[in-house]
Parts: sequence; C-alpha cells; structure tokens
Amino acid sequence: MSRRLAPAGPGRSAELAVLAGPPPRRGLPRLLAGMSYDRPLGLAEHERVHGPVPLRGGGRGHPHRLIGLVERSGLTGRGGAGYPAGAKMRLVARRRGPAVVVANGAEGEPASSKDRLLLTRLPHLVLDGISLAAEAVGARQAYLCVHRRETGLLASLRAAADDRYRAGIDPAPTEVVGIPGRYVSSEQTAIAAFLNGREGKPAFTPPRLHERGVGGRPTLENNVETLAHLALIARHGDSWFRGMGLPSATGTALVTVGGAVCRPGVYEIGLGAPAGAVIMMAGGPAEPPQALLTGGFFGRWLPAEYAWPVPLSGPTMRAAGGAMGAGILICLPASACGLAETARVVRYLAEENAGQCGPCVFGLPALADALADLAYAGGRGRAVAQISSLLPVIEGRGACRHPDGVTQLVRSALQTFGADAHWHDRNGPCYGVRRDPLLAVPGDAEREWDWK
Amino acid sequence: MSARLRVNPITCSGYGMCAELLPELVALDRWGYPILAPGPIPPHLAGAARRAVRLCPTLALLIEETRRRQT
Repeated sequence: MSRRLAPAGPGRSAELAVLAGPPPRRGLPRLLAGMSYDRPLGLAEHERVHGPVPLRGGGRGHPHRLIGLVERSGLTGRGGAGYPAGAKMRLVARRRGPAVVVANGAEGEPASSKDRLLLTRLPHLVLDGISLAAEAVGARQAYLCVHRRETGLLASLRAAADDRYRAGIDPAPTEVVGIPGRYVSSEQTAIAAFLNGREGKPAFTPPRLHERGVGGRPTLENNVETLAHLALIARHGDSWFRGMGLPSATGTALVTVGGAVCRPGVYEIGLGAPAGAVIMMAGGPAEPPQALLTGGFFGRWLPAEYAWPVPLSGPTMRAAGGAMGAGILICLPASACGLAETARVVRYLAEENAGQCGPCVFGLPALADALADLAYAGGRGRAVAQISSLLPVIEGRGACRHPDGVTQLVRSALQTFGADAHWHDRNGPCYGVRRDPLLAVPGDAEREWDWK
Repeated sequence: MSARLRVNPITCSGYGMCAELLPELVALDRWGYPILAPGPIPPHLAGAARRAVRLCPTLALLIEETRRRQT
C-alpha cells in the first residue's frame, strides 16, 4: 500500500499570509494546499492558508445557509457510497431535537490512505468541517472516529481538537474516539453501534442514522474528506467548488493510487480526470499494466486499455462498469494473476465478516474457497460454474453491503480475467500465481479481532 | 400502500419456519436461510404471510409497508 504523500503545491507568498482570508485557489491543490510533508499543520498555519472558519453562518444569516451552499455545490460523500452531502445534512437538520455529528476517519479499506493523510497532515481542515456541519444541523456533540490502534494519531487529533476549543472556535471540543480496527466496523451503522456502547458491527436498518443514531438522536455521519470539502465550500462558496470537476461530479477528490506504479500515493484530482492520467500522475506504470482495480476491495476490475480513458468520478466510472469507491486505483501488471489477487482479497473480506448474517457467514468463506481453488489449484473444470452459482445466493442478503461488495469484486474479476479463469479451470494455475502478492492485505498481526 | 416481506438477516438463524408456512414466497438457500420472493405480497397470501411473521422463532421476518404505490 502507498505510503508516499502527494506533492504539496507551491507555498503561499508572504504577502498573502497576512490577509485574514486569502483568495481561493481556482486549481489544484485545494484540500492539500499548504500541506507539510512530515507533520500536521497547526491551527495558526491552517488559518494562514485558508483563512478563519466561517462559523455561525459566517455572520451572514442562518446556519442553514451552509446546507443550501452544499446542496448547490453538488458535493457527494467521499467515503464510497457517494450520497449527496447536502441532502444528507438536510435530512438530519429536519429532525427535531439536537443532532449528533460523526466524522468517519477509520478508513477500514486497506487500499486507501487518503483519510489518514488528511488526519495526519491537515487535521484542522477536517475539524473545521465537523464544526460547520454541527452548526448547520444543530448538533451539540461531535465525534471523530479513527482506528483505536492508531494511538499516535488519536493523541495528535485530541491535541488539535483541544487547541480549537481553547482558541474559542468550537463551543465544545470534538470528541476523538478510537473504534475497533475491523473492516466492517467503519461502516456507518457499526460506528453508531459502537458509540452507543454495543459491538462495532453493522446494524439492520431501519432505523436509519438520520432518524435514530448515536444516543437515539438524529445523526449525520460523513467521511472526513467530505467534511474537509465542506470547510472549503463554506469559505469560498458553491460556484468556486464547481469550478473543477464535471457537471455530474463536481469538485476535487483525493485518490489513492497503488499497485505497480512508480510513485504510489495519495493525489488530489479534479473529478473527471481520465484514469490513465491519474496513473501517470503517480509516475506511470512500473511494469506493463494488465488491469486496474477501480474503487478498492469493494470495487471492480477493468482491463487496463479499456479503463485508461475513462473519466474518474462516481457516475462516469459506474457507466463504464467500474467503481469510484473511496477513490482508489490499483494498477495490476501483466505478470501478475488477477484471480490470485482477487482470491486473497476475498479470503480477507470473508474473514472480516461480522458473523451476523447467514448468507455472509457461510457464503463468503464458500466463495473464498472456490476462488482459491480456481486460482491456486486449478478448478478441475468446475470452479467457474461453482463461483457463478454462489454469487446470486450471497448478493443483497446481508444487513449491510459487505457481501454485495465482495460479489461485485468477484463478478468483475470473472469478466476482466475471463479467459484466464477458464484457462485456470482447465489447466491449473498460471505463472502469475508465483509472483509476490500485489494487493496488500493486512496480516494477522496487524489485524484486530475484538469488536467491543 | 403495498406490503413486502423482509427478513432481518442479523436475527434470522435459519429455522426455516417461514419456508414451511409460506412456500409460495419463501425458499431456502443451501445453508437454510430464507430467500424471499421479490415484489409486493399478493392479496390472497396476506393472511399466510402475517402468520409466518407471527410464528418466526427469532422474530426476524417482517412485513414492511411501502408508501410507494406499485403501478
């Protein structure tokens, strides 16, 4: 997985730094402006780059003003589901009584590093977004959730939240909470369950979070990148935000580029940049490419030459049979076996099921077995049919989307590596199986097994 | 108003009572968990559906009223 960071933009000039609100950047980088390579930006530095946070409606009217701005900006959730951010805020703001804001920075997806980058380098951008969202929906309580094993990150975020409280920006400090490091624990109903004192496992809906979430109150749950965008929209307005991206997918997004590329890392792109161009931002393919995994572990494989010109955004990727997910692109080299890579990921995802729903508990391990058979042992002419018959029995039958994410990945693997799959099925494993694994799946030591 | 069958897959532990009582709308998968027929419950099965919901040992089977009118 990528550890390298995106290149920071040219630093702001000294003259601009003395102004209270520097003029907005039209181009890139937006979120990553002023980012330091090795440390979090402090509150004063953050305000020099972006100006003070326009809380209390920016002094220009009702806090609901921000909801209208976000709706007009076209901002969609950056955690994977891509739900319109303004509509979500409106749903929560409409409910009676004080609400709760939950910022999701747990980044359960092993192929993604963007949330970690934001939280370790630009915590105040996320915390601005949390304060603004809380004010707009009428929340008195706000939580920022990260994996509890990240003790250093927890400490630095708590310090940042305290700085803001002491500076009088936030009426109450955002509560930084460590949640279990399980894959499905960062699903939104699982976070709410954990904050409510239960195990961090997904829950059956209804009730939806905006109806009854944390503490039984209407709850706004957003990915931390979504909230960081919110912090800039509140400052510069909706038309500024739409100045980049596509009409159907506005603004910029953070993308984690990994696999066989020369400079894996997190990059900020204008939505709609072709997938190939984003791979080139990351230094280009390190080896001749075969396929791209779009959208991460819950995403879809696409043949490289087909995916290359596809604009990277939720709607355009979906139309092309790919996925945007939380903004992930992984380049699979021609020398690797896509089936073996998929089999390892599916095994990991099967082990990460919450043990709640039958079709997921029994279906995912069966699917992982069949895929491992096909990839490593040759399918004896039966594996492809066996996999295809399992998919419809698993799909859409869990309380959360975990099983659906897995079946979508497997379906796309059978399509993209279709010829390879039939070759494996008849003749046994290909040479690519001998290669070192490309997709980084967390090892047992890095994983957490406890839900509470 | 139309009504739809839904199962809470977390509480369901695969007793299979629903498939016994309502085979017209419920089939079982290879592990014994219910697969529900899509679409609204036909009027002539409404009574049987309510009975299956009442008798589910884990109270996992639900009838969900959908406000969207089926055309």
